[in-house]
Order: sequence, then C-alpha cells, then structure tokens
Amino acid sequence: MKKSLAAITAVLLAAGSAYAQDTVKLGMVAELSGAGAPAGTNWRDGVKIAVEEINAAGGILKKKVEVTDYDTQTDPQVSRAMVQKAIDAGAFAILGTVYSGSTLVNMLVAQQNSTPQFVGSEAPTVVQKGNPFVYRTSSGAQKGIPALTPYFKDTLKAKKVGVAWVNNEFGKGGRNVFVEEMKKAGIEVIADVASEQAQTDYASDVAKLKQANPEAVFVYMNQEESARFLIEAKKQALPMPLIGEVTLTEAKVIELAGGAAEGAIAHVGVTATATDVPGIGAFAKKFEETFKRKPTHDAIKGYVGAWATKYVADMVGKLDGEAFSKKILGLCLKAADHPKILLDTCWDKTGEMSRPSFMVQVKNGAPVVIGTVPAN
Amino acid sequence: MSQFLQVLLSGLATGSIYALAAIGFALVWQAAQTVNFAQGEFVMVPAFFVLIGMGFFGMPFWLALAFGLALSMLVLGYAFKKLIVEPILPHGGITLIIATMALAILLKETVKESYSAEAQPFPALFSNAPMNFFGAAVSIQDILNLIVSLSIVVVLTLFLNRTRTGRSMQAAAQNPAVAEILGVNVKRMVLYTFLINAALASLAAFLITPVYLAKFSNGETIGLIAFIAAIVGGFNQIRGALVGGLLIGVLDNLTATYVTAQYRAALPLVLLIMIILVRPQGIMGTSEGRSV
Amino acid sequence: MMAGKWRWLLVALLLAAAVAAPLGQKSYIVYVLTSWLVFAIAAMGLNLTLGYAGQISLAQASFMAIGAYVTALLTLAGWHWLIATPLALLACFVVGLLLGYPALRVKGHFLAFVTLAFNTLVFLVLRNEEWLTGGSYGLSGMPRPDLGLFTTMRPLPFYYFTLAVTVIAALAMWGIVRSPWGRAFRALRENPIRAESLGLDTRRITLLAFAIGSAYGGLAGALVTSLVQFIEPASFGVGHSLRILLMVVVGGAGSFFGPFLGSGVVILLPEVLRFTEGYYLIIYAVLVIVMLIYAPEGLIGIGARLKMKFFSRSQVRADMSQGASLK
Repeated sequence: MKKSLAAITAVLLAAGSAYAQDTVKLGMVAELSGAGAPAGTNWRDGVKIAVEEINAAGGILKKKVEVTDYDTQTDPQVSRAMVQKAIDAGAFAILGTVYSGSTLVNMLVAQQNSTPQFVGSEAPTVVQKGNPFVYRTSSGAQKGIPALTPYFKDTLKAKKVGVAWVNNEFGKGGRNVFVEEMKKAGIEVIADVASEQAQTDYASDVAKLKQANPEAVFVYMNQEESARFLIEAKKQALPMPLIGEVTLTEAKVIELAGGAAEGAIAHVGVTATATDVPGIGAFAKKFEETFKRKPTHDAIKGYVGAWATKYVADMVGKLDGEAFSKKILGLCLKAADHPKILLDTCWDKTGEMSRPSFMVQVKNGAPVVIGTVPAN
Repeated sequence: MSQFLQVLLSGLATGSIYALAAIGFALVWQAAQTVNFAQGEFVMVPAFFVLIGMGFFGMPFWLALAFGLALSMLVLGYAFKKLIVEPILPHGGITLIIATMALAILLKETVKESYSAEAQPFPALFSNAPMNFFGAAVSIQDILNLIVSLSIVVVLTLFLNRTRTGRSMQAAAQNPAVAEILGVNVKRMVLYTFLINAALASLAAFLITPVYLAKFSNGETIGLIAFIAAIVGGFNQIRGALVGGLLIGVLDNLTATYVTAQYRAALPLVLLIMIILVRPQGIMGTSEGRSV
Repeated sequence: MMAGKWRWLLVALLLAAAVAAPLGQKSYIVYVLTSWLVFAIAAMGLNLTLGYAGQISLAQASFMAIGAYVTALLTLAGWHWLIATPLALLACFVVGLLLGYPALRVKGHFLAFVTLAFNTLVFLVLRNEEWLTGGSYGLSGMPRPDLGLFTTMRPLPFYYFTLAVTVIAALAMWGIVRSPWGRAFRALRENPIRAESLGLDTRRITLLAFAIGSAYGGLAGALVTSLVQFIEPASFGVGHSLRILLMVVVGGAGSFFGPFLGSGVVILLPEVLRFTEGYYLIIYAVLVIVMLIYAPEGLIGIGARLKMKFFSRSQVRADMSQGASLK
C-alpha cells in the first residue's frame, strides 16, 4: 500500500515536471473585482485572445503558453501577494496590473525575482524607479500628454487653458504632467479643477470652468467621471473644446454620456477605432465576436503585453528574465515584422514605451481619427 | 452671480435626491431600530431592476419603472424585513447593523457579477435640456427633483399625522408594547415603514441615475451622504432629513466652488462630527424620544 | 470548566503550529501568514471596542493608516522601528480618545457614523497633504527593522518578527482583559444597567477601550509599513475597516481567540473559494448573514456549542457562552 502510494506520487511528480517543461507559464494579475474590475477584465480578455493566438502560432519558444488569472481585488496589498503567488507558481512573466497604485507596490516583487512584467499603468512614476523588469504596454502620462501639446499650441493656438481632473493617483499624475507641459509651451493654466472619484454633482466644476472661460479644457478622469462631467458640461453649455487623453473619447464614455460626448477630442495611444491599422481592426473584430462587446484601450494593452512577451522571449531564445530585460530595454519592434504588436513600438532604457498615436474626435456618436501623432 | 446661482440650484436639485434616501433611512431607524448601512445600495439596486426590466423582458421604460419599484418594494422592503431584520433584531442592534453591512457587500457584488462591473447609461425621466434661469442652467429634471422631494415630505407628514394608519405607525414606533395593547398591529406598521423606505430609495434611484449613471459601487457615495444628511438634519423628523439633504447638496457645491475642491468631500464629514458634538439630535431634531 | 492546564497546552500547540507553519513554504504562503498575523492584531484591537465595549468602529483601517504613516515617516527619517512604533501607537491612542469623546457622549450608534466619517477624512488628508504623505503615490522604501543579530529583510525572519510582536500584543491584551479594569468591561457587556448602578463610569471605560483598540490598529499599521514597504491612502479605505470588522464578527466578538480565527478565515477564504471566481464575496456575504441569524456569537461560539453538545460534561465558561454574543 505504502509502496504503491509512493509510486503514484513519483509518477505524478514526474508528470508534473515534464508538464512544466513543455509549457511557459504566464501570470495574469489584474483587477478582476473591486473598483478596477472594468479595466482589469478587459485587460484579461485582451490577454486571453493573445494567448490563444500565440498557442495557435506555436507558443513561446515552441512551448505551449499557459496563463493563470490572479485577482488583485483592486487592492495594492493583495496585488503584491498575487504577483508573489504567480512567481511562486513558476510564472515566467507577469501581465498586469492596470491600476498604478497596485503596480507601484507589486512591481517590487517582480523586480526582486527578476521576472519581466508588462503593466497597463500609465502613471509616470512606474518607470521612474529604476526597475529594469517593468515594461509599459502604452505610453505613460508623461509621454502621452506631451503629444497633446502641439494640438493646444499650434492647432488651437490657445493662450489660456483649463484642466479638470479626477483626484486619484491616475488623475493627479496626468494633471501634473499637463501643467508642466503648458508651462514649457508658454500657455497659461487659468483654471485647475479637481474632482472626487465617484462624485455625484459636477455643477461646481463646470461652473468654475465657465467662469474662468479658458480657450480649451483638458479633461483627465476615469470613464464614468468623464461621462458625468460631459453631461454637466453640455447642460451648462460649456463653450470651449474639451480635450482628453485616451479616456474621454472611449466607446464606453460615449455610450454613458449619450449626446454629451459629441465634439470631444482626445489623444489616444492605440485605439480600437483606428481600424484602418490592419492588426487593430482584426483584433477588434475577434474581441467583439468572442466577448460580445467592444474592446477598450485596456484590452489592447493586455493583448500587446502578451504578444510582446512572446516576441521578446523568442528573440532571446531562452526563458531568462535577466536576458529578457537586457533585450527589451532599448528595443524597437516594427509592425511589419511583428504584426501583432499592431504599431511600430519602442521601449526605452526605463521600460517606457513609444509608438505613433492618434487624435480622435467624437462625431455622430462615434470616435473618428482626425490625425496621427508621430512617436515621441 | 450666475455662478453662485448655478451651484446653488444644482446643489438643491442633487440635495433633494439625497434627502429621499435620507428620509427612508431615518424612517426605518426610528420605526424599526434598523440602522441600515446598505441604504446606499438600496438606491443603487432599483436602477438595475429597471435596466433588467427593459433589457431582459423588453419592457417599455415606464413599465420598467413600475416593475423596478414593485420589485424593490418586494426585495428591499418585504424580503429585507422578513429574511434579515426579523431574525437578527432579537440578537441586538449591533448585530443587525453588521448584517446590513454584509448585505451591502452582497448587493454590490451580486449586481457586479450578474449584471456588469461597468457603469450603464440610464434613461432620463424628465428632459435634461437646460433652461436659462438668470444665467444659470436649470433643467426640468432639476426642478422636478425638488418638487418631488418637497411633495413627498408634505404627503408623508400628512399621512403620518392625519391618517389612522399613519398614527398607528407613529404609535408603533414610539412604544410598541403600548401600541400593541391599544390594538395596533405593530408588525404590519413596521412592514409599512420598510415598504415606504424601499419606495423612497427607488424614487431616489430613478431621479439620480440618469445623471449619476448606474454602477454597482454607487451606493458607497450615496449611502454615506444619506447617513450624514439624516443625522445632520435630525433623524427623528422627516423634514430634518430633507433639510440635511439639501444642506449637504448645496454646501458641497459651494465648498468646491469657493473654498477647496481637494477637501470638498471633507465638509459633510466635519459637519457630521460637529453636529454630533454640539447638537446630537440634529438641526431640526427634537431632543425628546423617537417620533416618526 | 476548561482546565487552565489544558488551555495553556492548547495555546502552546497553536504557537508551535505558528512557528512551524511557514517552514519550507514559498514566499507567497509566508506573505499570507504574515498578513494574517497583522490583521489578527488589528482585529484584536477592534474586538476590544466591539466585543467588550459593544461599540461599532469603522475606522480601524484609518488607525492602521496613522500607525503606518507615522512609522514610515519616522523610519524613513532614520529612526529605528522599535522607537517609531511606540510613538505611532501613542498617536493612535490620542486620536482615538479625541474621536471617541464626542461620539460616545451620545446614546445610540453614533460611534459607527463618526468613525465612518473619520476613516474618509483620514483618506482625504493622506491624499491631499502631498508634502508630508506623498499623496496618491504614497511612501515607499521603508526599511524593515534590523535587530542587530536578527535582520528581517527576508520573508521568513520577518514572519517570526511579526509572530513575536503578535504574541506580545496578545499577552498585553490578555492582561487588559483579566485586569480588574477588564473585568469591569465584562460586567458592562453582560449587564450595562447593573454595571452603571455599581458605580462604573461606563462612558469612560468604553472610551478607553476604543482608544486602546485604536492603538492596536496602529501596531498593525506599523507592521504593514515594514511588510509591504509601500503604503498609499487607498490601502486604508472604509472597505478595509469593514473587512476587519467582519473578521471580528466572524471569529466571535468578545472572545479572546475570535480575532485570530476570523482574520484567518477572511484572509484564507479567497484561496479556498478560488474556484467560484468572482462569486466568492457573494458567498462570503451570504455566509456572514446566515451566521448572524443562527449563530451571532461567531465561529468560536459555534465551536463552543458543538463542544457542549458532544462533551456535555466539560462546561464552557459561563461568560463565553453568554457574553460572546453581540449585545
């Protein structure tokens, strides 16, 4: 009896290790519950589609990719535990998290274990801590917002602008970069309006902007907050153009704000609406077929993160976090050679990402690309 | 000046919705010793009942509203009382408070998992098209919010003071034992309170959701404001909750406009602590025992 | 009566289990065990407020925040953890007194509302006063305590350090509960009117219980600072206070070991219910409500009841069978 038990255990162990050798494990750590669930679930679904495709294309280094989901509950401390758990379980790379507050905590763990980590966070500080294992899947706020400066300066020829932002780590980061950028460009910020997350009444925010009467307003908030702001802005007939970064013209915001989103302009890193880019169009279609909803910006980020893991690991030729880090920092991937990266993409020495981006405007209830912005 | 008028009127409109949630909260606290920490979720859930009515059963909006109201009174009124309050109240008020906290988690998570984690648009009852009122943009919706909550206060006060059922409810709240002896069906009176609370919460939901959007986490913000409005105004008077709601709606906007936006959320909290310190019965409250 | 000898043996066994638990485990398990202890300390403090003094506090997370930020700021300024932490505890104690005073003057459940408001206020201050607290981005890079021969940088030594702190905190709590003053609590809990008629100043001891409970929250926060080495305002929101409150209730409010059991359940439940995916919080909430209906005295109470049923000879302490329920 004892003997047979031991034998079974041995077989199981052998099977386990043989199994482990045939697969590459990825830890998908994201906000699947709690306040960040909309972002986290989109990120997860983007990763899911990418992993299916990667496996169909032969996997990473000819090994099957196995992705395990870990829920951070949108709690930074839980996210830290989950990254640790994923690494304990043998994950070669971590995909996530999206919320900057979580990423800033859990990236320490990935760094200690030399585990590459693709994050969906856009707070500037994520890549400013000298961590060689953290890589963005979209440009950080300190990259994305400067891309807007020419629009304010040259297209709108604005001298006085306002900024309306949500007072959390996301909004604060964006607001700081914007104010700094405007200073450099010689544009005066005459209204600086902070609002709370989950705020009910935007009357005072909009009234203050109306009173200050800037030539344009930069709106930097999460989805529902953007929609609520747009609804109130329309009610009070705020006359100047409203310009955002990424969120303001997302499909969800347009749906929530109804007609109030009409005319809003935003700079977006990569958008599911840029369907004339072949990879993006194909992804958007597949996503909609699989999940019966439109992909968001976060879905594309998850998708790009998973594919970048494959491309870079294949280039390195082995599963080695240190070598992965050496390879990706300073790497440029051309969409022509690596189609699933969607757009020509470069990572600099800090893990920051740059790639061409778009200006879009909401027209007749849908975002329309009104211009492209070169990588900066 | 138009800025002042704008934030004042908008604050009154929003505050009147807070007041509806606060009135219901105060009613069940007084009549059934139930401090309902799920009150915010009680305002979040009816909006989803309406969306389910329209989305799954294909009802027209008006029918879905009726469906949402009926379902809310059934679930958040009747079932809440029968399944949670009745069995737990004998264990003590604190146990019941904790149970309502668990209920808040339950409602939030159920909506999130079974409907959506993302915010949903919600059709407006009344037009949000603005009219110019001395330079301030005011919508029919704003005006009706105010009218609806004012009339509810009047109707509820009349109901409680002038009708037989209303007076029985007051008696049941003030002294259940004596009321029982006098032939009042205390259990039924308490049930009425829960039904009224559910109806008020639904109404608040229908009014606030077109602008605030339907989201599972909405209750966190609305609930906190409803508690504060009820306590600040004086929870043993219906008009106290109304005053509390309006006050918080207006003060929130005035603070954000003229004092500080960073600390706008702190004002109601500080107000709450001050009121408990200097006038625990609330601005409009009377210091003697409970009265509905 | 559970013989004292047997009780001590049980405690010794539990301690031995706590020492052995992380051996040979991966970092994740060690991390989970460490956070269990940290939350057990926070829950122990809240148990004093809720279980013994019969008042709801929804601010335990904000006391953790005060403890965590004071410790973080001082250790970042070069102070030793062992010096920074007592100061953090003192800060929490004083804030607890100031906060509890107005709320406890009034009959009713006002402490619940005041603490709810306070928790949000603390969040706002931590977020807005960027010059001090680092704002939304928080503070990072706090050193873990270095005890000369014993450095706690690695997960396992830090676990043992936390265990030692937990044992000290538990012994202190034991002393508090057994002291004449602690007995006054139990008198209060069992019969407030009689306690008052015996000349106990119920308001004062309730206030002290709340302040001491808050200091325990601060201790948990000081440990979080070293455990996570990164703190930011959102980690100390109202939701976390509620979580700690439920730990106390689930374990058994008013029982000494309840908080350990409750925090264990809350920390480990997501693991156990992993197969239910997003539904685990729904299941948890339902279980809590069902428990409050049928066994408001918590898991410890259920255990005691089962023991009564099967070993009817050994009586449960009278105050356990009675007093563990929330009044």
